[in-house]
Amino acid sequence: METERIRIIVAKPGLDGHDRGAKVVAAALRDAGMEVIYTGLRQTPEMIVEAALQEDADVIALSILSGAHMTHFPRVLELMREKGMEDILLTGGGIIPEADMAELEALGTGRLFGPGTDTTDIVAYIQQWHASRSDAS
Amino acid sequence: MSAQDDGKIQAERDAWAEKAAAQSEWKDHWFTTSSEPIEPLYTPLDLDDHDYHRDLGFPGSYPFTRGVYTNLYRGRLWTMRMFAGFGTAEDTNARFHYLLERGQTGLSTAFDLPTLYGYDSDHEFSTGEVGRCGVAVSSLEDMEILFDRIDLGSVSTSMTINSPAAVLLAFYVAAAERQGVGPEKLSGTTQNDILKEYIAQKEFIFPPEPSMRLITDTVEYCTRHMPRWHPISISGYHIREAGSTAAQELAFTLADGFAYVEAALERGLAVDEFAPRLSFFFNAHNDFFEEIAKYRAARRIYARRMREKYGARNERSLLMRFHTQTAGCSLTAQQPENNIVRVAIQALAGVLGGTQSLHTNSMDETLALPSDKAVKIALRTQQIIAHESGVTNSIDPLAGSYLLESLTDRMETEAEAYFDRIDELGGVIPAIEKGFFQQEIARAAYRYQREIEQRQRTIVGVNDFVDPGEKIEIPILEITDEMQDRQIARLRALRARRDDNAAGRALEEIDRVCREGENVMPALIEAAKAWCTLGEIVDVMREVFGTYTEPAMF
Repeated sequence: METERIRIIVAKPGLDGHDRGAKVVAAALRDAGMEVIYTGLRQTPEMIVEAALQEDADVIALSILSGAHMTHFPRVLELMREKGMEDILLTGGGIIPEADMAELEALGTGRLFGPGTDTTDIVAYIQQWHASRSDAS
Repeated sequence: MSAQDDGKIQAERDAWAEKAAAQSEWKDHWFTTSSEPIEPLYTPLDLDDHDYHRDLGFPGSYPFTRGVYTNLYRGRLWTMRMFAGFGTAEDTNARFHYLLERGQTGLSTAFDLPTLYGYDSDHEFSTGEVGRCGVAVSSLEDMEILFDRIDLGSVSTSMTINSPAAVLLAFYVAAAERQGVGPEKLSGTTQNDILKEYIAQKEFIFPPEPSMRLITDTVEYCTRHMPRWHPISISGYHIREAGSTAAQELAFTLADGFAYVEAALERGLAVDEFAPRLSFFFNAHNDFFEEIAKYRAARRIYARRMREKYGARNERSLLMRFHTQTAGCSLTAQQPENNIVRVAIQALAGVLGGTQSLHTNSMDETLALPSDKAVKIALRTQQIIAHESGVTNSIDPLAGSYLLESLTDRMETEAEAYFDRIDELGGVIPAIEKGFFQQEIARAAYRYQREIEQRQRTIVGVNDFVDPGEKIEIPILEITDEMQDRQIARLRALRARRDDNAAGRALEEIDRVCREGENVMPALIEAAKAWCTLGEIVDVMREVFGTYTEPAMF
């Protein structure tokens, strides 16, 4: 039986131009069989959530290396709640100190990944999340 | 070398190769950090068609492979220049004084993202970004606070600013004028390299054509009024950080450099008028010999092209002077103290490659902006190389190494091949618009990551020699919202107390010169003095020039 392809938005919110990580992760997710939509740079939280709705995405992954993660993650989460997107996973990574990661995860994001992460760990995490969501529904 | 010697070496080399092939090796793939193959042994045979005079020469002599200065570090050590900037202008000014008091010899300013994109600190897009990646500078007032108690007539200042570089340069000139220092006395560098922004760092505002015009305006202005200023630092650093190979860094940077030369020639400037003020900026990554080869090849290619293609006659036009920064992308969040060792090796490569100035990264930079303690260790690393290691005693000490000279030649050949491909695409700007550089870099970055994940490449502490359950025990610099609030309050107070009519007239003048094609610098300096803010000025330019969006590809 063919499994449903996971659809994922990879986005760069705010002014941060460091796109190496986002592109490497996007390529790894694509090679793992996911449908990847890369938004490009300088997306507002509104644009990202809108793109996720339009594209019927299962997952939103944000890449932030500028230090603005405590602004952008909560805002995206808030918009997702407003739009009733509770079954969508918000994950991501970048230069995010551990204490901030814990705080964001407590707010309701999925796992966040720091520098040096193996992309296979990210792939495995998203696949597991997707499998458990499918089981639940 | 005689033919007879050659034959003997060839025979012995073959015999050696046979013995070596019979022995086992502990890994299957041997390649450089740039994924290039590397041989187990280099001999005189690899330098068969080398000509000392043609390919190396003497330090301070064409083609400058061995260095741009006759006595290099015996005359003067490289400038130890630590890149710094966070929070408000007061916060960064305190860091500048901290560094100067500890023996740093030049200043280097990191601006925050809103400043890099030409937004004031109170713009809606600035929310959460003020002071995070660098210092917030929205006005001449901020610039003056940034350099408070620093004599701009004697310090040399580098400013990492690109799209709005002309505006920040105007703030700096105006700040100096208020200190009583004229532009002719100012020494330093504006990065001002927009091409690598489209290629790698992505902090662009305007489309390529008006961006090139603004840069040429600053080159022209500096040529006429700021003889000690380097108007552009043509940067490979960010290209490498985005994931390129060493040869791509070298080739794309030089291609950008030649594009600026051609733009200035089209403006009617004579090559020997402006070329002596061009400077470069490279990365120092992990692969020791590959990096040193890159710097040496860069000097040689540049001197040859500047003389042969652009007809430079002044010897100073042929000199590639460059700044080096150790590779931020090579640092690991895991066991961050190990980064001190990586930085030391990379910095040593920069020094053995003959750099003119050096920034050494701090061990904590994958976690946050550097703390005082981490910055001090990074600076001390340079001082240990300079004063304890002995590597500064002799100039270009690795010249003649069969390995190093072979790698230097290979770098040059690879760069030339890229120049041909860029020409086929119609030049640097068409190649950017086709996504050529971006795709090449993204491919190299992905290959590098795969090599790590497939364990073909070992990163200590990341995919081998891991400390399970490691706790990070180094202090982290925190940027607070209070800094953002303070910055915004100052900016609003400035707008409230200035003469709005004068500011409005200054902005109208900027609009006029932008539309009519006059050099923008004089109008920008006047606007700075009329207390126009960065965001107001750049908004006028956005209106005239439009903005650029890149195609999203991965």
